[in-house]
Amino acid sequence: MLKMSQYLNDGTVGIMIKLFKVKEKQREIAENANGKAPVKKQSAGELRLHKDICELNLPKTTTINFPNGKDDLMNFEVTIRPDEGYYLGGTFVFTFHVPTIYPHEAPKVKCKTKLYHPNIDLEGNVCLNILREDWKPVLNINTVIYGLHHLFTQPNHEDPLNSDAAAVLRDNPKMFEANVRRAMAGGYVGQTYFSRCV
Amino acid sequence: MADTATNGRWRDLDKLLLRPGNLVGPNFEPSPELRDDLQTYARVLVVGAGGLGCELLKDLALSGFRNLEVIDMDRIEVSNLNRQFLFRLQDVGKPKAEVAAQRVMERVSGVNIVPHFCRIEDKDLEFYSDFNIIALGLDSIEARSYINAVACSFLEYDSDDNPMEETMKPMVDGGTEGFKGHARVILPGVTPCFECTIWLFPPQVKFPLCTLAETPRTAAHCIEYAHLIKWGEVHVGKSFDEDDPEHMQWVYSEAVKRAELFGILGVTYSFTQGVVKNIIPAIASTNALISAACALEALKIATGCSKTMSNYLTYNGLEGLHTKVTEFVRDKDCLVCGPGVLIELDTSTTLQKFIDLLGEHPKVRMPKASVAHRGENLYMQAPPILEEMTRSNLQVSLYNLMGKLARDVVHVTGAAAVNGKTASSLRKLRIVFRGATNDGVADMDTAGGA
Repeated sequence: MLKMSQYLNDGTVGIMIKLFKVKEKQREIAENANGKAPVKKQSAGELRLHKDICELNLPKTTTINFPNGKDDLMNFEVTIRPDEGYYLGGTFVFTFHVPTIYPHEAPKVKCKTKLYHPNIDLEGNVCLNILREDWKPVLNINTVIYGLHHLFTQPNHEDPLNSDAAAVLRDNPKMFEANVRRAMAGGYVGQTYFSRCV
Repeated sequence: MADTATNGRWRDLDKLLLRPGNLVGPNFEPSPELRDDLQTYARVLVVGAGGLGCELLKDLALSGFRNLEVIDMDRIEVSNLNRQFLFRLQDVGKPKAEVAAQRVMERVSGVNIVPHFCRIEDKDLEFYSDFNIIALGLDSIEARSYINAVACSFLEYDSDDNPMEETMKPMVDGGTEGFKGHARVILPGVTPCFECTIWLFPPQVKFPLCTLAETPRTAAHCIEYAHLIKWGEVHVGKSFDEDDPEHMQWVYSEAVKRAELFGILGVTYSFTQGVVKNIIPAIASTNALISAACALEALKIATGCSKTMSNYLTYNGLEGLHTKVTEFVRDKDCLVCGPGVLIELDTSTTLQKFIDLLGEHPKVRMPKASVAHRGENLYMQAPPILEEMTRSNLQVSLYNLMGKLARDVVHVTGAAAVNGKTASSLRKLRIVFRGATNDGVADMDTAGGA
């Protein structure tokens, strides 16, 4: 008696109420049969991240770590050991938290290692344009990691988050270099103490 | 049953359900039974009991729907009262879902509304599977994306990649921002799902951190400085909670200090809330218009009394009034609502063999695939650390790795040969295991054909 209505090409559906009736009966059957539905689903953001992670092409100076195991790709750590520039020899750890609506929104990145850097403040906030105002969904985790890498080879006094460090870099690069060395070896720069990270 | 009061009450609805017309949906047959069926069988979930949710519940109840449920995790705040008309001053602090359900039931006789005071993620898939239509009155992309993924997860395709209507979970989605709004109909497999058109959403405005730290020029810069930088400096290890008034007050007073330092005007408490929580003032009339459009679409989907709107209505009342309906198209390769590639396997096929098979499969051609199933990474080709963690799965049968489900979706990533060129790609695959059934529950094909 029931005729299944066909969906049409013009983007409409038929009389769903007839289906609802059928479903109501199926629901009763299903309840009695103790059917189980799979519990977990994967967000589109997780899938896109899965792709990003598989395609990572990391520079030799960089390693990645998944502290919560293989099934939590949304939270990970990236360790950078610069092989040139002021920060040569140091080890710097960044935490990544990827939102569920990635890549509509950028990953949230913080630096876990306290460091003396014009574009990274003492709380680990990072001033990198692609993490905030210039983020685009076509960018990916690889781009962000290269961006972080760039901060170590080309620290930039024009976009300061640590304005003291930026001023020293601008006015006295030799002293900036000495300050970076002192901070990385573990010691004070001005009033601020830095733990050893070499 | 047929007393005059009842007839009067449903007079307008019956005009739609008892008469034929040129604009009716396919296979529509006007009959008095339709109203009874609507009241008996149609089960609608309203997601959100805020500005849109209050309107939706009232509109659906007055349109003849009788089995409604509403889910919302929020409690009523004073600032809601100007437009969330189901709430009164004495309701402040009570769960929105509970009060909204109660108020509509008091005013509209015969309707039953079950409230759920919890997060949408707290409910399992079975909860959502019970409803015929899901109506969304939400204010975030995250929540829409979540419900969309849930609703689309019920969709099944036949062997010719046509969506099976009995597995379709229709959604109507409303959204407003001030004088602007949208209403859309999502019939998974037929019209674009939320993920097909996620690019429609403009990116959020984010200020560069260094501007906040060094060269603030606007009141918003001062507020974001207090929120994003100063908070972390002062409250080490304590995360900021935007729903805690003390936290908000602290950010406000820091923003005021900052603004004074730089000679910037315009930092107020409500503007602070607006910037931090990304609030755009809600307009009651926009909510009413958008909800009405959504409720009408729900009625159309259920009864077929008219073709559904196809498929995205935008409304702008900012200067004069502009409204139009745009027919967006589906992304055929959508990872959430698309059919994916159908692949039949034996229950004994190992993951390694499956991956080898994907390299030769004419519709996939992905020689080195990484495989994910419902949030579980079964095998990752890279990076080395994840490859090592998943390598032992290669010799296990895919059927076992997928929890012995007779059929389910997996996603694969890797370089694939497309038209002679190699490109990185992410694909959805529908795996069906020959001869397997879902633990005694009849296979969907058999159930659908019976």
